[in-house]
Formats: sequence, C-alpha cells, structure tokens
Amino acid sequence: MKSKKNLGMVGVNALAWLLSLLLLAPLVLILFNSVKTSQAASDMSLQLPLDGLHFENYLVVIEKGKLGITFLNSLLYSCGSVILCMILSAMTAYVLSRNRSRLHRFLYMFIVLGITMPINFVALMKVMQLTQLQNTRIGMILLYSAIQLPFNVFLIYSFVSKIPKDIDEAAVIDGCQPVRLFFSVMFPLLKPVLVTVMVLTFLNTWNEFVLPLYFLGSSTFWPMNLAVYNFFGMYATNWNLVCADIVLTCLPVVLVYLLGQKYIVAGMTAGAVKG
Amino acid sequence: MNERKIYPTYFAGGALLLYIVFYVIPGIMGICYSFTDWSVYSSEINFVGFDNFIKAFSSDYNYTKYLTNTLEFTIITTVLKNLLGLVLALILTKRVRLLNFHRAVMYIPSVLSALIVGMIFRSILNPKVGLLNVGLRAIGLDSLALPWLTDSKIAFNSVMAVDIWKGMGYIMTIFIAGIMSVSPVYFEAADIDGANAWQRFRYILLPMLSPTIAVTTVLNVIYGLKVFDMVYSLTNGGPGFATEVLYTGVYKEFGLGRYAMGTTLSSIMFIFMLLIGYFMIKLLTRNEEALA
Repeated sequence: MKSKKNLGMVGVNALAWLLSLLLLAPLVLILFNSVKTSQAASDMSLQLPLDGLHFENYLVVIEKGKLGITFLNSLLYSCGSVILCMILSAMTAYVLSRNRSRLHRFLYMFIVLGITMPINFVALMKVMQLTQLQNTRIGMILLYSAIQLPFNVFLIYSFVSKIPKDIDEAAVIDGCQPVRLFFSVMFPLLKPVLVTVMVLTFLNTWNEFVLPLYFLGSSTFWPMNLAVYNFFGMYATNWNLVCADIVLTCLPVVLVYLLGQKYIVAGMTAGAVKG
Repeated sequence: MNERKIYPTYFAGGALLLYIVFYVIPGIMGICYSFTDWSVYSSEINFVGFDNFIKAFSSDYNYTKYLTNTLEFTIITTVLKNLLGLVLALILTKRVRLLNFHRAVMYIPSVLSALIVGMIFRSILNPKVGLLNVGLRAIGLDSLALPWLTDSKIAFNSVMAVDIWKGMGYIMTIFIAGIMSVSPVYFEAADIDGANAWQRFRYILLPMLSPTIAVTTVLNVIYGLKVFDMVYSLTNGGPGFATEVLYTGVYKEFGLGRYAMGTTLSSIMFIFMLLIGYFMIKLLTRNEEALA
C-alpha cells in the first residue's frame, strides 16, 4: 500500500517536470539561440551554444533594432498608464463602492461592462483624429488607461467594500474633507490592491501592441514589442539577432513577474474564488 | 452622515470621461458608421442601410468564415483551457517537490506578449527545421511531422494549440486558488465513508469548484471572442482565409481602407457582447452583491 503511494508520488513528480519542461523548452530555445552565431542559429535547435557565447548579438540588436528609444517608449506608456489607472480607478471604485445610490450602482455596471465590450478600432481612429491624439505619445497613454480602467475599477471596488466605513466616519468627524479623506486615509489603506493594479497594468501595457498597430504610424513612437516584430520581418534570416531582441523585450516583463508574482496571482484570482 | 457629500460623484469623473470618449463613443459611432459606405477612397459618406450587414452574412464573401472561426476558436480554447488548467491544478495541489517552481513556470507564458509567443512558435512549428518536427523525426514519428502553420487544414488547430499552451497556466492558477479554498473537512468525511479518488473528485471537488469554473469560462469566452494577437503573429489569417478571425478581419478591412466593413464586423461583435456581456458581468460580480 505504501509503496504504491510512493510510486504514485514519483509519477506525479515526473509528470510535473515533464509539463514544466514543455513550457520552458520554447523559452530556453530562444535564450540559447540568442548567443549563437547567425549560422549556428539558422536551424533554431535546442543545442547548447558550443562555439562560445556571442553576447555581441545583444549590442548589434540594440543598435539595429533601435531598442533604446523603443524601450523608453514602452517604459513611458507603461508607467504613464499605471499612474493614471491607479489614481482614476481608485477614486472611481471608492465612491461607487461607498455610496451605493441607484446612480452609482448604474455607473459601476456601466464601467465594468467594459471588461467584456470589444473596442471598435475603426471608429476609435475617428475619435483619435477629432481629438488630435493620433500619432502622439499622450494619446497612447490615455488609450492604454481607458481600456484597462474597467478591470481595475472591478478589482478595487470589492477591496474597498472590505474596509470598514467607521474609518471614514472617524476621519470626517475629525474634520477631514472628501479629497483629503481619499488621498490621506483611503489611498494608503488600498495599498495591497493598488500594487496588484500597478503590476497588472504595467505588464498588460508592456505586452499590448494592437493600439500602436492601429494608431502609431511613426516608428519613433513604437513600443518595444512592435519594434521587435518589425525587426523580425527585416532580419528573418538572422534568428540569433531576433532571439536576442526577444530576450531583451521579455526581460522587463519576466522581472516584473518574478518580483510581483504574489500580487499578480491575487489580482487574477480576485472574484474567481469565493473569498 | 451625508454620503453624497463625503463621497462626491465627481471622483468618478476622470475615469468616466476616458471610458466614454475612448470606449463608448467609438462603439456607438461604429454602429452608426456600419450603415454607411465610409471608406478611404471617398470623402463622401452615404447611407446604405443594411448592405454591410447583408454582406457580412452573405455566402458570397468570406466574412461568415471569420465569424464561425471566431466561435470555433472560442469554444475549443475555452473547453481545453478549462480541462487542461484543471488537470494541471490537480497535479500542482498534490505534494509535488518544488511546487512553487512548477507553478511559476506554468504561469510564465501568460505574462509574455502574444506577439512574441507567436514569433517563437513560428520558428518551432517551421515544417523543415522547426523544433517540433525535428523532435518528431528524431523519435521516428516522421508521419506526424506536418506543415503545422502552412497547411490550411491544420493551421487553425495549430493556432489554437499555441494559444492553449500560452493560456492554460493562467486558468490553472485560478483553479489552484479554487481548490485550496475547499475545506479539507469534506475530504476527511469522504475518506471515512470510503470514497475513492474519483468519487472524491466527482462528488466533492467538482461541485465545490463550479463557481470557479463559471468564472474561468467567462474569462476564456471574453478572451476568445476578442482574439487577435495570437492569430496575427502566427499566421495573419492565412493560408488563404483558413485562420481568419473577426478581429484580424477588422484589421484587414482597416488596412484596405474599407472602414465601413471593418466597423460593421466590429459592431456585430459589439451587439453580441452587449447581449451576453451583462450576464457574464453579473456572474463576475456576484460575490460583491453578497458583500454589499
């Protein structure tokens, strides 16, 4: 009986490893090939880079792929929408959760419905033209924030309802005004959920490329992943360079993921599990 | 206390403004434009009635293929991601060594950009030198080494498979949280009653997980209907129209300057989502009702 159980555990462990390798193999493939010569990388095999580590690929790619400027663009879009999303969705979720009048309940449903609604990119182009935001960095930040507001409001809303209202009342009795009540009392209390919002918004913005695809004609405003895709089109025969470019584009995402893993899981599972 | 004073509605103004300008107005404008012949070729915009919608559902064009492909993608990826996500979650809630390492690895593809995952798999699925076919040939399965992305019969399956590879870790994570929230008391009681592993799963875990399954299904459906990135970077709709989905269709129409047709396809999705979206959101927010 016991040995049967042990055998079962070995099987489960082996299975877990097999699955992990299945998920890691493609990533290792990219990592290996990013330090090979162009010729050695041409067949994109999982072979170890035996003829030395060609880290100069990375330097070539940074220069040819214009990674400097696109990295700064991505960073600007991600940080810009993180700040805007955090403040706007926290303020919205806070008032809509605290005062559940008919109007507020309607507004909440109205915003959260945006989680499911598709964006009409073609008509959005018209709006971007009318507001003169097409082909601008500020337009991109506003768009990225707008598309992520519904989910972030949803996330913060349920968190606010778990914070006792007594705190607000005590602050008001002490003479706190609404703006100060929110920024000095509420905002610090929302820290755990705001970190989740921060991490998720950063990752989503970094990975998103459909908005720039539609609304950024000029490549000087491109984020990193659109540039890597374009690079892929131009240097399709130099897989080593393409791989190096991919590694550099994914690096910030993987770093943020490893640092913020706890918060990502908290956000992803919010609402999915009865808590 | 006066709630209207302490919690002023204008706090929601900023978010509402952005949401209305960039989300709601384009949605409504789009529906209006889908009754016109708006295009890049003419500065005049004329009312054409339901022409575009008739075109979208007519068998003379490929648009119905976009719609059926989108639905097929949604249904198949939803079912398989749920199934595989659940299996992975069951494995990774056992006493596996390096549990957190395995969980972290499974989740990594979900945080990578679909554009990049698509590029990686274009190399792996390359018929001649791709890792998959080289591997299959190495273990003697030459007959299985297929032209994964260039054969119109299997290309769409390959796209769905890559999408499942990328997305199942995310669903797994939600299921793990769901499984962990089930009190062990139920399983202990079942053990005393002599239930076997299958019975414990079928009669305890599965019913307890049903709210979680409902949520993952909603998330998968929302994602599947709106899919664009993965298809765009893997096949861009090709070969022919074999892997074209609604949103790659919209992008193509946009690129060709046929704005009215693009906005019509988008509006079909908009109306469809408006019909089912309300119920999906009710499902996602049901916990909050209890808290209120």
